[in-house]
Amino acid sequence: MKRKHLVAIILILVIAFLVIAGIYLAGSNIQVLDPKGPIALKERNLIYVALALSLIVVLPVYGLTIAFVIRYREGNKKAKYSPNLHGNWAAETIWWLIPSTIIAVLAVIAWNSSHSLDPYKPIASVNKPINIQVIAEDWKWLFIYPKENIASVNYFQFPVNVPLNFNITADAPMNSFWIPQLGGQIYAMPGMDTQLHLMATSKGSYYGSSANISGTGFAGMNFTAQASSLSSYNEWIKTVKNTGIKLNPSSYYNLARPSSYNPISYYSSVSNGLFLSVINKYMTPIQNNNSNNSSGNNNNNNNMNMNGMSM
Amino acid sequence: MLDFANLLGKLHGNIFPSDIMTIGAALSMVGIGLLIVIYLTISKRWHWLFREWLTSVDHKKIGIMYIIVAIVMLIRGGADALLLRTQQATSVGSSHGIVSANTFQQIFSAHGTIMIFFAAMGLMFGLINLVLPLLIGARDVAFPFLNLTGFWLFAAGMILVNLSLGVGEFSAAGWLAYPPLSELRYSPGVGVDYWIWSLQIAGIGSLFSGINFLSTIVKMRARGMNLMKMPMFVWSVLGSMLLVLFAFPILTATLSLLFLDRTLGMHFFTASGGGNAMMYVNLIWAWGHPEVYILILPAFGVFSEVVATFSKKRLFGYTTMVWAIAAITILSFSVWLHHFFTMGAGADVNGFFGIMTMVIAIPTGVKLFNWLATMFRGRISLKLPMYWFLGFVALFTVGGVAGVVMAVPPADFQLHNSLFLVAHFHTMIVGGVLFGYFAGINYWFPKFTGFKLNERIGRYAFWCWVIGFLLAFVPLYILGLMGATRRIDHYSASLGWQPLFIVAGIGAGIIGLGVVLTLAQIVYSIWKRKDNLDYSGDPWDGRTLEWSIPSPAPFYNFAVVPEVDSIDAYWEQKKSASAKTRQAKVVYEDIVMPKNAPESVIIGMFAIGLGFGFVWHIWALVVVCFIGIIVTVIIRTTSEDPHEYVLKASVIEKIEKDALLRSKAHA
Repeated sequence: MKRKHLVAIILILVIAFLVIAGIYLAGSNIQVLDPKGPIALKERNLIYVALALSLIVVLPVYGLTIAFVIRYREGNKKAKYSPNLHGNWAAETIWWLIPSTIIAVLAVIAWNSSHSLDPYKPIASVNKPINIQVIAEDWKWLFIYPKENIASVNYFQFPVNVPLNFNITADAPMNSFWIPQLGGQIYAMPGMDTQLHLMATSKGSYYGSSANISGTGFAGMNFTAQASSLSSYNEWIKTVKNTGIKLNPSSYYNLARPSSYNPISYYSSVSNGLFLSVINKYMTPIQNNNSNNSSGNNNNNNNMNMNGMSM
Repeated sequence: MLDFANLLGKLHGNIFPSDIMTIGAALSMVGIGLLIVIYLTISKRWHWLFREWLTSVDHKKIGIMYIIVAIVMLIRGGADALLLRTQQATSVGSSHGIVSANTFQQIFSAHGTIMIFFAAMGLMFGLINLVLPLLIGARDVAFPFLNLTGFWLFAAGMILVNLSLGVGEFSAAGWLAYPPLSELRYSPGVGVDYWIWSLQIAGIGSLFSGINFLSTIVKMRARGMNLMKMPMFVWSVLGSMLLVLFAFPILTATLSLLFLDRTLGMHFFTASGGGNAMMYVNLIWAWGHPEVYILILPAFGVFSEVVATFSKKRLFGYTTMVWAIAAITILSFSVWLHHFFTMGAGADVNGFFGIMTMVIAIPTGVKLFNWLATMFRGRISLKLPMYWFLGFVALFTVGGVAGVVMAVPPADFQLHNSLFLVAHFHTMIVGGVLFGYFAGINYWFPKFTGFKLNERIGRYAFWCWVIGFLLAFVPLYILGLMGATRRIDHYSASLGWQPLFIVAGIGAGIIGLGVVLTLAQIVYSIWKRKDNLDYSGDPWDGRTLEWSIPSPAPFYNFAVVPEVDSIDAYWEQKKSASAKTRQAKVVYEDIVMPKNAPESVIIGMFAIGLGFGFVWHIWALVVVCFIGIIVTVIIRTTSEDPHEYVLKASVIEKIEKDALLRSKAHA
């Protein structure tokens, strides 16, 4: 039979395709499913749990659909035909209850995990956390270490097993700060200070990006989050302190101008209160009605005099 | 004296696209348009087109016009999709693909806008127009003029979107144009304005249609058809149109505020000056999430009709189906925040909206079980509409699982804005909405043409859609988990994403073949219509009233308004012994019919001018078109002409007898 040959060929092709795909995927870095920190790990597990619970409904639906189509096909006159069967309270109650029960379980999980994995919630640890201020620029990421008084672009380093407290804003349209292997994203918005708490438990270079479109160059807004040993981290701080220029209002102004695919660069020191001044820039209505280019610099100068940093 | 340059607003200088892809696309659209114009002129069809179609208030013709526009837009949006897939498959490492970043962003913004507003919405309003009055035993819709005006506003929006291809540019801020990116400071061009005005105009058209269909369902059902005897499709449209009524004004208001920001320098959503972009994000999703259910509910309705008809069995669990639709309708307004769990709303808010999102899965699950129970102990005939239903079950459940996973807020933090999300909503919109409308088109096609669609080509098209879909979107699910975000025009080779993007591109190509085969199916069926003629008016052994009248449905629908005393009225009628005798003693009466409404076309044309004027700041044009619309409406409403005519009983009798003879001759 020709039809049988065709089916066999298709089947072989599909299996070959799946095998190749499987081998390929086994060698790939599926970041979300390969967590390197406690937050990403818990979030991955949540994905698995929600998936498993959903499958309780979906698998029977698949099975029943296939079974019914075969069993009750027109040609099969042996199958029972009940044209007037149009309802059954017991059956209908059961299939209101099955999904309801699953959703009830999932709802508890969703509520609890929303609180336990709240991005604003600090990570409990014996180690003292590191504060990092993140500014999404057109189109690169600026990382400021207020205590260490350094800054870097599109790269930041930190020790493993130390909680990271991020304060995030944007001096650009809305972006989203995401390091898949360390944990979920949060929006970076002008005039706003959003927070995120992450930690790495193993060393490595982790991919980070902006997950929200912010203009022409946004595809190039990638950065590396480098988790290292404490000594390597301290060394990196020293290196940064000894290289690069100072991040003051004028060098910040140059940095903030639109550019994309920026290489990694360092700033040996940071003007006090820069992060807050970037937020405040968008919170001062009257000043911002002036042309942005000429006044932006002045705003920074004004705000920089207030030592409003409380972090 | 008037300054000519000022008169033309921003419409001067270099307004034509410079990108080779855009020029090609614009020129090919102009070329196709010219060919159609030449054909119409040579064959002297302009008058016929205007009289029989463009100004016709016959809901069936309006429905067909909607579907034609929607299919054309499906092709346009599909071409966009192929470009996007090609770019992402090739733009890796040192290569930057086939288009620039800005063009890429315009393409995906246009793709989303066109597919939702002009392909999906067009197919939906097309189908509703075609069959809703027939299903409830009505001769017409409640407001025929409003209905046609709604269509022309929809068409005006569609024309504006496509105009942006050749004159100026389109928005590069995504299909929902989040500020501050869509604000003047970051998007100074006319792209976002094109987006605002095409949606604004089409959205008002949708609101008109929503009011019209809601009134039609409430006021024009056949005698005896109380709410709990309505066909399930009618229930689903009722839910969907209620959502239109409540959701679209939010869209209108949101777009107006963005327009005020951009055009009059206000600060509703700007990053500075006291504006708050988060307000926009809330507002746009307060419309946007119900919009998804506006699209999917009628598709659910189609499946309810299709499964019952092709299982030769009454729909299982009618009452629970109605409650499920009601629950989905209400709940769809309580989940919008799940589109931005990552905006930092706090655990209580996220938790609440996450749970509401999951709860909406319950009625959807119940609907699935009811369809399965309808197939249980049925006699399933696997015709094309059933193929689309089974394809829907296969894909929609996958999308549903992904949706439930993303409803858990912390899981969403990892999946949001990634290609996983993109794959999820495409699974819902293609596997749910589009497959539903395809099922509906295959199912009801003979009612409006008098012949069926070709089964064989239809099956080829179906398999291309399903296989192409899996190849195109399973890789996107995986890519999302690999950390690939949406809307990127370029990525680094070391991430290892390219092979999956290539597979996705191949899948998109196969879907493209599916579109071609769908068109081929329609063209071939029209060409070989003699092989598929249906004289009976009831080719599928149908259950609802539309199958009780001849095919193609006469322009007055029902010569005698039917009386209904059960669900599946026509099925019961066929079963009862008196059915045949009843036909013999029919008494025909005069019918009052609405006249053509050229005013709708005029309003549509003025709306294009109005939108174009607003986009380019050509204020004189804005004023002229605005006054034009107002004057047209005043003339229409104050005219002595009742816009109606009387169709004589003798004419109806002749048409009905001819149809009966035809059907008997071929019985």
